[in-house]
Amino acid sequence: MQLGRVIGTVVATQKVSSLQGLKLLVLEPVAADGSSAGSAIVGVDSVGAGAGDHVFFVRGREASLPFFPTEVPTDASVVGIVDHWNTEPMSRRNKR
Amino acid sequence: MILAKVVGTVVATRKDDRLVGSKLLLAQPIDPRGKVQGNHLVAIDTVDAGFGETVLIVSGSSARMAAGLKDVPVDAAIVGIVDSVNVED
Repeated sequence: MQLGRVIGTVVATQKVSSLQGLKLLVLEPVAADGSSAGSAIVGVDSVGAGAGDHVFFVRGREASLPFFPTEVPTDASVVGIVDHWNTEPMSRRNKR
Repeated sequence: MILAKVVGTVVATRKDDRLVGSKLLLAQPIDPRGKVQGNHLVAIDTVDAGFGETVLIVSGSSARMAAGLKDVPVDAAIVGIVDSVNVED
């Protein structure tokens, strides 16, 4: 899974029927320091994420599993909204 | 999934039997802001997309989950026609 930020939405009226009713989000992968880490992709939302949220998303065939048993043709799905993350060791944080 | 612009069609008489009857389109990947990126892709069309339209392309084995593509040797399928993309700045 990858850390990312929702930077927008995509509207598509005509689409495969199994994608009907699902929210399409523009996802920008981010690095541990919050900076952009690669080009943006479009993913399907499975947790109610919206623009501006930090999320983690899954890529590949597994991206359709949140919608099982419906076979949704997607290669990227948001599976979690990130409250916060931290990259500092616990020991160092406690000293502050 | 990635966004792409349909820039042409591909005609192939001799192809895998399971590809017979499917429409092949040539697509140029773009980023959400419309900038061209990467190489052209040949994708199977499942939504009646046409020349010049912005489409959603699903790649990898997930492409086979699109309607009618079960067991078809495909790694890129067009699954939606994009009306609009809203990106915050």
